[in-house]
Amino acid sequence: MAPLNQSSQVPQAPKEYRQAKSMSDNLDFEVRSLDTMGMNESQLSHPAWHLLKYLAMGFIFGLVLVKAEVVSWYRIQEMFRFESFHMYGVIGSAVVVGAISIALIKKFKWRTIYGEPVRFYPKKFSIGQVLGGLLFGFGWAMTGACPGPLYALIGSGITVIVVSLFSAIVGTWVYGWMRQHLPH
Amino acid sequence: MLQFLREPWPWWVAGPLIGLMVPALLLLGNKTLGISSTLRHICAAVLPARISYFQYDWKKESWNLIFVCGILLGAMVAATGLANPNNMVISPQLVTDLAANNIHPAKALAPAEIFSWSQLFTMRSFLMIVVGGFLVGFGTRYAGGCTSGHSIMGLSNLQWPSLVATLCFMGGGWVMANYILPVILAL
Repeated sequence: MAPLNQSSQVPQAPKEYRQAKSMSDNLDFEVRSLDTMGMNESQLSHPAWHLLKYLAMGFIFGLVLVKAEVVSWYRIQEMFRFESFHMYGVIGSAVVVGAISIALIKKFKWRTIYGEPVRFYPKKFSIGQVLGGLLFGFGWAMTGACPGPLYALIGSGITVIVVSLFSAIVGTWVYGWMRQHLPH
Repeated sequence: MLQFLREPWPWWVAGPLIGLMVPALLLLGNKTLGISSTLRHICAAVLPARISYFQYDWKKESWNLIFVCGILLGAMVAATGLANPNNMVISPQLVTDLAANNIHPAKALAPAEIFSWSQLFTMRSFLMIVVGGFLVGFGTRYAGGCTSGHSIMGLSNLQWPSLVATLCFMGGGWVMANYILPVILAL
């Protein structure tokens, strides 16, 4: 799948950039643009207790994931077998609400509660979205969980999913280890 | 009210609540919804091993790790205080196919015949729990995001690469669930 001789085509960031202090200082645009998800785009720093609001947000997210059975292995099988509308309804309506929200934020230039302008970064296409996407699709159907539900399932009491989470961390590490040899 | 909360929530309640996570995180502090990134932060924190991909200040992204701690706690409350007292309602076709492999759905969100410690070292459970988990971690990072990062955040921001990624998630899942998993389940 990954011809090793392509490694020379993957741009390697100069060493000083690889040692950059923070993600925002990291000028290796390839690394940065491939991973603008789940990122802190704020330039401000706050006392640690300000992070508690993300604990609250995560709490609601986890509650919804379990109560709507989005984390259920059965619901995921039904989705991929086209036997139920439930998951399509969840993801579809989430995207509609998310898209309207982002359109409003952009149109009215809403700022964060700290007064910062809200920043958006475009996603750059990479063949990884196809190859990695297919591999993740396999894993999603096998475990019945994407990364959010991995955490939620552990919380809901199916503790053996700790092993899946550990495997997923190992998978992430192996990706980082061999990414220069993968086509992007 | 409590009775209603204990029932499984319909998609038209859950979907919009999940969608509202996107503006909530943006407006609370310029955070983009994404969860698979936490796996990378854990690697960067625990074993960066001089790999350039893990050389960044993961502490700046600690909000992401706090967020998933919240997911864990929310799930805990949902599965205890707000637990659904009834068995899962599952499509009859899936019930029939699973019964052929000695899997009988009950109250649990995932079949105990596969997802339990006692079954971990059987061939089918090992493949689904360990190999499946590895593919989730490797694939999401290679794709640059997961269901939350690409399918919710990326699509909401009208990013076409996220649409490509989402279609590939679905394509991979479709092949696995319909053509490969039946073989694994029969092991």
